[in-house]
Amino acid sequence: MDIAYFLQQLINGVTLGSVYGLIAIGYTMVYGIIGMINFAHGDIFMVGAFIALISFILFALTSIALPIVLLLTLLIAMVFTACYGWTVEKLAYKPLRKSFRLAPLISALGMSIVLQNYVQAAQGARIKTLQPVIQGGFTFMEDTGFTVSLSYLQIFIILVTIILMAVFTLLITRTALGRAQRACEQDRTMTALMGINVDRTISITFIIGSSLASVAGMMFVMYYGVIDFYIGFLAGIKAFTAAVLGGIGSIPGAMLGGLLIGLIEVFWSGYISIEYKDIAAFTVLVVVLIFYPTGFLGKPDIEKV
Amino acid sequence: MRKNFLYLSIKDSLFTGLIALALFGPIVGLRTVAKNEVLVVSPKWFIVLVIVIVCALGRFLTNLYIYNRDQKFGIQSTIGKSITNFLDTKGTQIALSAIIFSVIFPFLPFTDRYLMDIAIMMLTYIMLGWGLNIVIGLAGLLDLGYVAFYAVGAYSYALFAIHFGWSFWICLPIAGIFAAMFGVLLGFPVLRLRGDYLAIVTLAFGEMIRILLLNWYQLTKGPDGLTGIPRPSFFGLPFKSFPDEGEQTFHTFFGLEYSPMQRIIFLYYLILVLALITNLFTIKIRRLPIGRAWEALREDEIACKSLGVNPRNTKLTAFAIGAMFGGFAGSFFATRQAFISPESFTFIESAIIVAIVVLGGMGSQTGVVLATVFLIGLIEVFRDFESYRMIAFGGAMVLIMIFRPRGILATRKPTITLQKKEATK
Repeated sequence: MDIAYFLQQLINGVTLGSVYGLIAIGYTMVYGIIGMINFAHGDIFMVGAFIALISFILFALTSIALPIVLLLTLLIAMVFTACYGWTVEKLAYKPLRKSFRLAPLISALGMSIVLQNYVQAAQGARIKTLQPVIQGGFTFMEDTGFTVSLSYLQIFIILVTIILMAVFTLLITRTALGRAQRACEQDRTMTALMGINVDRTISITFIIGSSLASVAGMMFVMYYGVIDFYIGFLAGIKAFTAAVLGGIGSIPGAMLGGLLIGLIEVFWSGYISIEYKDIAAFTVLVVVLIFYPTGFLGKPDIEKV
Repeated sequence: MRKNFLYLSIKDSLFTGLIALALFGPIVGLRTVAKNEVLVVSPKWFIVLVIVIVCALGRFLTNLYIYNRDQKFGIQSTIGKSITNFLDTKGTQIALSAIIFSVIFPFLPFTDRYLMDIAIMMLTYIMLGWGLNIVIGLAGLLDLGYVAFYAVGAYSYALFAIHFGWSFWICLPIAGIFAAMFGVLLGFPVLRLRGDYLAIVTLAFGEMIRILLLNWYQLTKGPDGLTGIPRPSFFGLPFKSFPDEGEQTFHTFFGLEYSPMQRIIFLYYLILVLALITNLFTIKIRRLPIGRAWEALREDEIACKSLGVNPRNTKLTAFAIGAMFGGFAGSFFATRQAFISPESFTFIESAIIVAIVVLGGMGSQTGVVLATVFLIGLIEVFRDFESYRMIAFGGAMVLIMIFRPRGILATRKPTITLQKKEATK
């Protein structure tokens, strides 16, 4: 019973952690490249979830096979959400590159309020429910009295996350774009002198971050089946916590942090109390920042005059 | 050359239209509505078409008439500068006349119940803005969870007043002390963090307090909120229409006709005095060593460290004092509403207060007043358009950061400077 319960929490935690990890990558990449916390990223995730929801509803009217629906929805969500990420960067952050330190953060805060209320105005404030898209799954350990289930949906989420992570790691480590990005992280002026279009590289960073967030949004709407315009706020803070936990600026760190936050949240609600599960993530954030300000895989931040 | 420019502009605006279609097409154009408990899509293509055309046309016109010009237009900065100059030279007179106006405001002929309510609300936000200005404007710490201290103040006032029956004037300092204690409690571990980390941690703290208030049912009654919070009395004289046997009330003591406006006017003066105390305190403390240390820390932390200023303790005092004023404002809120619930202390409140401080120009006391009148006025005027007004509100934050990143009144002049010497050639 105990082992089975534990195993079930572990499965749920890894699934949730995948979602957080995908959002956290967006935070960590943007932080790495322009050194700001993209406060509106959580709301980009929310927009992604809405686009995926709309896409699922539209495809439900047709008779296209499920795997193609999933693939198409994935692409649609990524493309349209990427547009949001790109526009937000162009409108709200790019004019502020040379401004004082807190200006982009406040602008991002404003953008987050805009996105939330825009979706509320356009789509209504009521919660939206989606019928399960992928049903069924495996069950095991039935003889212990607590059936552990691993649904196909959870397998799908974990698999997609792993594939995206692999593609993404290759992109960063092996391609010219990835090299340009890493160069921008180190020294933007120098990179520009080397003939790299810094503005475009930053735009692409936002596009990648937003598309990964939209995948997370799609998984969220499939996994929980319920979304509203406000989901981006909490998910955003938790994903940011994940990015900090793993070491902000480090991409494997973001994934690791996402997994840890997912596990902490699920185990907290499974073993301690479900009402305070959101406090768990915040407590972790505070504790990590106090004792481990660079996170697990982050580089120490040296202050220079 | 000219033709080429036109061609490029058209291409650019077509691209803008395409992006607008991608942005608004799915979210605005395909509205999901629940029909028989199942979501269906109801298309709204006409609105999308209008938005797309407006975006493309707007882009085209700005391309032609603004970016095509040789010189950049500097209207915003000149307006801002002239306002700043005007306030610099006439600052004292304006402040005095504003104070006189607010003192006589309740007795002006056009003042009614509705205007009084708005004025009280504005003054509450002004007080919160001034309190937060100590933290953001003077010490340069971006605190996104200020509403937590407001909540702590409100709940501690309410709990003490309900359970012990203590009067407003006893509970007020207690609420302030409680809020300041929470400020220290939060500030002590997190104030070493860099600005943007601090912002997120304070935001998380604000949410934690709200979740705690929602779930600690035995103490806070959770989402039901606390009711029956005692109203304040005029130095022991309650505002009641029907006094109990042998009880002196405000109107019987002064021999007046009873009117519900008496209590409102009293509340108005109460918050006016509280807000002015906050302001006076800030103005005075700015000239003390601790205030100077805050401003120095805001400008350069490393220089301060090397001059022997303890950054953490200095920031902690700013945090605690800011929190204390938040607590005062919170207890006023509780006594005015007579009912509080976690609903009143959401993140958006923090965002509004931060917006007031930032919009006004961080560190500017007059700026806070102007920004409050502008923002709360805006929110009040568009009360019927719930989410549209918040879109405008968020958009205003972005635009102000782009055009005037230091706020409307960017008076970050150092309070003390070396005299400039003539350069010798």
